[in-house]
Parts: sequence; structure tokens; C-alpha cells
Amino acid sequence: MEAFKQLMGLVAVLDRANVDTDAIIPKQFLKSIERTGFGRYLFDEWRYFDQGQPGMDCSKRPINPEFELNQPRYQGATVLLAKENFGCGSSREHAPWALLDYGFRVIIAPSFADIFYNNCFKNGILPIVLEAHKLNDLMWQVKQQPGYQLVVDLDKQTITLPDQQQWIFDIDTARKYRLLHGLDDIDLTLQQSDKIKAYEQQRKPQVPWLFSDI
Amino acid sequence: MCKTLYDKLWEQHIVYQEASGATLLYIDRHLVHEVTSPQAFAGLRLAKRQPWRVSANLAVPDHNVPTINREAGIADPVSRLQVETLDKNCQDYGITEFHMKDRRQGIVHVIGPEQGVTLPGMTVVCGDSHTSTHGAFGALAFGIGTSEVEHVLATQCLVQQKSKNMLVQVEGMTRPHVTAKDIILAIIAQIGTAGGTGYTIEFMGPAITALSMEGRMSLCNMAIEAGARAGLIAVDEKTIEYLRDRPYSPKGDLWSKAVENWQTLHSDADAQFDKSIDVNVSQLSPQVTWGTSPEMVVGVDECVPVPEQQSDSVKQESMNRALDYMGLSAGMKITDITLDKVFIGSCTNSRIEDLRVAAAMVSDKKVAKNIKQALVVPGSGLVKQQAEQEGLDQIFLAAGFEWREPGCSMCLAMNADRLEPEERCASTSNRNFEGRQGKGGRTHLVSPAMAAAAAIAGHFVDITKIN
Repeated sequence: MEAFKQLMGLVAVLDRANVDTDAIIPKQFLKSIERTGFGRYLFDEWRYFDQGQPGMDCSKRPINPEFELNQPRYQGATVLLAKENFGCGSSREHAPWALLDYGFRVIIAPSFADIFYNNCFKNGILPIVLEAHKLNDLMWQVKQQPGYQLVVDLDKQTITLPDQQQWIFDIDTARKYRLLHGLDDIDLTLQQSDKIKAYEQQRKPQVPWLFSDI
Repeated sequence: MCKTLYDKLWEQHIVYQEASGATLLYIDRHLVHEVTSPQAFAGLRLAKRQPWRVSANLAVPDHNVPTINREAGIADPVSRLQVETLDKNCQDYGITEFHMKDRRQGIVHVIGPEQGVTLPGMTVVCGDSHTSTHGAFGALAFGIGTSEVEHVLATQCLVQQKSKNMLVQVEGMTRPHVTAKDIILAIIAQIGTAGGTGYTIEFMGPAITALSMEGRMSLCNMAIEAGARAGLIAVDEKTIEYLRDRPYSPKGDLWSKAVENWQTLHSDADAQFDKSIDVNVSQLSPQVTWGTSPEMVVGVDECVPVPEQQSDSVKQESMNRALDYMGLSAGMKITDITLDKVFIGSCTNSRIEDLRVAAAMVSDKKVAKNIKQALVVPGSGLVKQQAEQEGLDQIFLAAGFEWREPGCSMCLAMNADRLEPEERCASTSNRNFEGRQGKGGRTHLVSPAMAAAAAIAGHFVDITKIN
């Protein structure tokens, strides 16, 4: 996983609540057995007029000009502003894979669905929870000002606005550490192998039915 | 100190707790399906790691499998590759898999309990958000992403932060024809689709105790639709009776010891919850979603809401967008909504009791002429077999339904079963998101009895008023 330290990036706005994982990456693309290549199908049903299929050449597809992310001013954005309950629905990690593949490294919203939030950290995406009033203010500013950029610093836990105003955000320390250093979770856990084995040895005689073989 | 059921399950599975509060949690059971596992196995292979405890895993293909003409295999080459990849991964690593043509194959959340693979007191995970289903057995069960699938395979553990405790107390007894599906939709209407975010929900109260295990599964299945990764119901006699003599349930002395242990799996009388919600279901009507989020739901005897009457501007905008997508007018009667398709199936409502109530609704009747397709997709091969022994397949076929092979099917339309743009469907599944059942498709979530009755009438009907 790529570490996340600091980013200065163009901001895009997706001004709708309860954006679900079916909208982020529709089911037909979940048939892939790869981790990459989902970016061109991100928000497929909103982004294009036709019905997307895996392997399609998206450069020839009819684009929906009404969809926010299709606006020329948002091309190349790395920060996404969204509304309440972003990422609700399924556990598909294809959703953060698609966002990452498209280019987003930071998603800022007033709230996220739990599984999606967790999945972001496994893929080097920083999801930031920001109070609704601040987020609304930020959305308004971005809409007014093409080329709007933010600086996000994970170590300092700050968002810096173009006028140098700085906001602090909260993040769990363990998640922050892993993301800052791009650590492999499995490696870290396997360093605790002795503890896992000790747990199994102590637990199995107490509740052997939980260890029954399938 | 008094503990909630969630506190107990959590504490019993702590391997190690970091100073930050991040906890290494032991996972007893891992269910695997074809969609969220290939990249996890690829990661395992790349790092030259082996599964920590192979026998803790059970795999089954369900999302991509065809529900018709299975002997011919999977026509779509991309779907086929995904299912074959699961077969190969399971073979390479020695994981037990119920293959597509195995009669025990079915939807992962149906077969886990059916086989006794899910047991009370377990931690159960699967790369699927509807893993919350298994919480009906007093098991801590939640959905995970593919990175965590790989993590569980490699370490039998997950790094987790503890959720908060929420109690949903369900008072009153439901009227006839009002089911677990209606109860959970009403709860979601009350707390919203993000109401349970950050919580594990425990469901309690007389209406919950009265539910069968299958009803409890339908209820916990949709805890995720209320934002909660996990839903829980305490163990009682029904839980134990359901599990007795299941293929993978403990046997003999081990069974007696397990039962003794399971009887401790409930919240202590004075346990404190971070949040409590009361719901009374005694006057509840069968529920019908009208929008594109499960919280957009009303009783069948009500009308489609009017956005202008909503004071919250974010909600008002969502309602307008939903009405536009759904092709509905504000204020119209729910019973005036006519349908094109009916889908009875999914991990929410595809078990034998669901099929029995649906069959009872359509017995000696015919599907309405405006219904282009009415599908019944049993949750597993064993559910299908049971239904056929009871003659339910013949009742459905005589009424004009199609009787299919088990799988996720039109719940998410990864296989060939789907809605065309603007087609409207009464569905017993769990999500009415835009495009969920096919691009432009319009989904109304209902109980199996409501879906069956709608197939006969061609539009929604208040089944509490049917004799």
C-alpha cells in the first residue's frame, strides 16, 4: 500500500447524500479478478449514458455532461468532497479501488459508512470526517472557484484552505500510523503470531466446537 | 460488571489490544464467495503465505451463478472465470467449497446457518456486507473488504476498533401478514440508513422473541441497511433447536457443552447501551420502499411522500432525485403502483418459510398479465429440495412463476437475471439503490408475501385486508 503523508490537490464536489457502493462501481465490473482498472468505470451509471460493460473502451462512450465529475474544471482532481453516509451499501473493496484508480487520494464527507471507511485505509485513501457546516462551507467555496485546491497533511491532521485557514481533523491513531507509513497490515499481524497461537491454545479446550473443521 | 452480548463476544475474541485501542480480534469462521476473494488469494500467493487455519473456511459461488440451465455452465466468460478462479483457489489451498452443481450450494448467508457452520458465540466474517445475517444466532458477524479477506486467510484475525452498543427494543406483536422484513424496514425508516453507523445493534423485545430463526436472519440481514456492520439477537431455545443435528453442528457430549455455553449468550439484565431505540410494531402495516434508499419506506396503506413537506433540504433533494428516478408522483397511493417484474429471493428472503408464505399467496391464482416475469430463486439447493418435497414449486409454476436454481440472482443482477431500464420490480431483496437490479431498474423492497400478492394483482395490495 502506498503511504499517505501530505497532498496538495484539486478538489471536486459530489453534492449528494447516501452515495452507495453500487453507484461508485456497478456490479458488472465486480466480475474482474484484478485489483486495478476500475477507475474508468467509477460512477459508471452517472457518468455515461449507455450501459457500461467490463472491458469497454470508455473514450467512445456517450458522456453525461450533467454529472459533476464530468465537468472540465474537475479533471485531475485528487480530493473528493461528498455528503452524508458516503460509501453505504456493500463491502466491495472495488469501490475504493475505483476511486483510487481514478485518482482520488482524499475523500471528505460529514459521515462515511463503516465498511467503506475501513476499506479506504487498506488502499492508501484518506477518508476525512468533517462537520457538516464546515463541509457545506467548503463545497460552496469550491463551486465558486474553479481550480480550488486544498492541502491535506495527515501527520499534522490538518486541512489548509487557499486563504491559509487551517482545520484540524480527527483520526484513529493506529489507522493514522499505518497509513502514514504505508504498512502491510498482514505483516504487522504476523509479528504477533505467538499471541495468536497462545490464544488458540487457551481457547480451544474451553470451546472446542468453535474450532470444528469444515 | 454488566455486559452487553456484544461486549461479551468482543472480549472473548481479543487476541491482543494495542494502546491505541486497536484490537487484534480472533475470527472463528470465514465464509468465502467468488466476487470478493480472488484478489485476496492473489495477494496470499504473491506473498507466499498459507492460510492460518484452512478448516475455518467455507467457500461457495453464489453471486455470478446462473439460475437456469446450470448444466450448460456459465455463459458469460467473465463470470465463468471468476467462479473458476474460486474453484482453483479452494483446490490449491485445500478449502472446502460447495461447487455450483453441489446440491448444498446456495447463497453464502443461507448455507452458513443451514449447515451449522455458523454457531452461537462465533466471530463470523465474509467479504459481503450481509454477513450481519449470522448475528441472528448470537454470533458476532460482519462484512469485510477484500484486504481483510486476505488478512483473515493469512492470520485468522482482524485488526478492529470496537463499535458502540445500540439497543433496538421492539415492542408489541405484529398483525397477521406483517413479517420480520416489515419490522426491519420500519426500524430503518425510524433511525435512517446511517442511524446504526459505528454501532452494533442488538434487537430485543417480544416481537423479536416471537420471530422464527429465519425471521431473525431476515432482520439481522438488514442491520447493515441501517448502517450497523453487525446485528445481534440473544440465544434462546429457538436458536438451539434450529442448530440441533445440522451437518456441522457439534454432536454428542460436545453438543451438551456447547448448549450450556450458548445459554450465556445474552446481554446482562442491567447492561448499559450507548444508545437505545424503541419501536412498537403492533399497528405496523406491510412496508413498501418507494425510493432509492431503504429508509425511503412507508406502509402499503400510505402514499408516496411529498418532498415539499420535508424540512431538511438535503433530504428533500434526495427525495426529489429518488422520485424522478423511480418515475413516481408525490402523493400517489402505494397500492396504485403497478409492476413489471417480481423477484422472490436473496439472502434476506429465500428460505423455506419465505417460500411457504409466498406460495400460500399464489396458490390457485395466476400472475397478472402486466407482470413480464415473476421469479422464485431459492436460497440454497437444500431449500429448493425441501420446497419441491412440499410441492411449492408446482404451486409457483402453476401460477406463472419461474422456479430457478439457487443464487443471489436479481438481488444485484450480476448474473443474467436483471431489470431493464425503467422496469419496476417488487423485490424481497435488501437494496433499492439506483441501478442495483439493472441500470435504470426500479426496485421496491417488500416481504415475500407482499411480493407474491403483488404478482397476482399486478400492483401492490394490502395483504392484511385479504381474507
